[in-house]
Amino acid sequence: MPIADWFSRKPKYAELKPVKKEIPEGLWTRCPKCLEILYNKELERNLKVCPKCGYHFKLGAWERISQLTDEDSFQELDGHLESVDALSFGGDIYLEKLRNDKEKTGINEAIVTGICKIENYSCLLGVFDFGFIGGSMGSVVGEKVTRLFEYGSKEIVPVVIVSTSGGARMYEGMLSLMQMAKTNGALNRYRKNGGVFISVLADPATAGVLASFASQGDVIIVEPGALIGFAGPRVIEQTIKQKLPEGFQRSNFVFQHGMVDIIVERNELKSVLGRIIKIWNLRQLR
Amino acid sequence: MELETTSLTAWEKVQLARHPQRPLTLDYIENLFEDFIELHGDKLYGDDLALIGGIGVFEGKGVVIIGHNKGKNIKENIARNFGMPHPEGYRKALRLMQLAERWHLPVISFVDTPGAYPGIGAEERGQAEAIGRNILEAFNIRTSILVVVIGEGGSGGALGIGVGDKVIMLENAIYSVISPEGCAAIIWKDSKEAEKAAEMLKLTAQDLIKFNIIDEIIPEPPGGAHTDILKTMSLVKDAIERNLEIICNKDIDTLLEERYQKIRKIGVFEENLVPKAGVEPARSPSST
Repeated sequence: MPIADWFSRKPKYAELKPVKKEIPEGLWTRCPKCLEILYNKELERNLKVCPKCGYHFKLGAWERISQLTDEDSFQELDGHLESVDALSFGGDIYLEKLRNDKEKTGINEAIVTGICKIENYSCLLGVFDFGFIGGSMGSVVGEKVTRLFEYGSKEIVPVVIVSTSGGARMYEGMLSLMQMAKTNGALNRYRKNGGVFISVLADPATAGVLASFASQGDVIIVEPGALIGFAGPRVIEQTIKQKLPEGFQRSNFVFQHGMVDIIVERNELKSVLGRIIKIWNLRQLR
Repeated sequence: MELETTSLTAWEKVQLARHPQRPLTLDYIENLFEDFIELHGDKLYGDDLALIGGIGVFEGKGVVIIGHNKGKNIKENIARNFGMPHPEGYRKALRLMQLAERWHLPVISFVDTPGAYPGIGAEERGQAEAIGRNILEAFNIRTSILVVVIGEGGSGGALGIGVGDKVIMLENAIYSVISPEGCAAIIWKDSKEAEKAAEMLKLTAQDLIKFNIIDEIIPEPPGGAHTDILKTMSLVKDAIERNLEIICNKDIDTLLEERYQKIRKIGVFEENLVPKAGVEPARSPSST
């Protein structure tokens, strides 16, 4: 064997790549608000709320579902609905985005819907995932929300939707914008049939989702510190050419301006939802 | 001759839709309606000059008119906030739609806005709530609603007065979920790529009729609506007359059912009820 080969020869056994020291990253998280280093297990036990300053981290759809629903009670509905690139948006810009975010989040659309129990009360639940194209509403999200209101109309089951969304999905153009009308039309029918809709807003809930069903709940609950508004703060700053005041569009701001019913901390959310549904269940039909 | 403008690119149509001489809601009001009386204020907070409304007579019939209105020049545009409404504009529009219902008059809604205004006061007074409420309540208005997109249909700000029984649109008007500039800023971090974005957003009347988002395209004079105002007026008048005739002759319950069902159907997706390959072996019909 020529000596040169000694140097180019592939190792016979699998190479042991130096193990990256990922331990700090996987075990600890820095709170973006108070900058405290938090032990992940503790953070998780605390429902992803910073134990030091109360900052509410964003939740994935399934994390939220497991926090809110009674054990093993959640059954997904319409999980088989898949987005298509109806506009052939700029080559494969949209398709690639869909592929990436499916992989990143492990879900196939920006909302997971289903039927479940909350504090022993049956209800229909929809949970947005901001990690999936900014929780944006395209045809599939609009259809799933619409169907949720339709299912709720049959036997009048309360509908709870946790919204965290950047608005209508640009990549589906006007088809997305019209989902605002579709979901609101469905909500309107559901309500006329006697339905009750509890809208929970989590950070951030803006634009097309807020300007349709999410702002029209019978009861509107918001998590502390969430950004709630029609236009994004950057767009407003560029338009008015000035800096926005501290706390603008945050939960306290929208609460003070009368846009939401209650600010509820995450560890109270399940029990507050349970109480609302309980009271509604105590109605006397005449 | 009228086909001339249809060969325009999306970006050229954006320019025409925003053309400073393009006829505005007030021009249509002046030319097509008699005895117009503008009604002001949302009776809650203020009056919005960017979204106007009132009562008038169209071809001998009473109507309620609402519409975004830009200005003809800088001074007027500042007063009218470039046709970008605040929540009070949407609340005034809803008030007028409810008045139309009580008076048994049809509503004609003219859409022409870059979008709802993104500002501090607008947020403080619930821009999202106002638009959301209008969209929802439009399904309950027990009278005919005809929507005419005459210029720019800017996203939620347009949809806030855009739900109706028929949506008709001028040949060179645009209707989009986001402005081409905004879209370009998101995709390429550069609003100068707006021309490319305009093409991608499928915002022309010709695109939207394919998706059943609009019902009819109103032709414009060659060169655009502003090149021959009188011709534009007569084309729009014909379209309004024809469509009002259809929607005003329907029984109200049928009308409301159809208003909802038309929008209920909008959306394109795949409903794959068959388990994906790998989860369960695929079976051909012959093997079962």
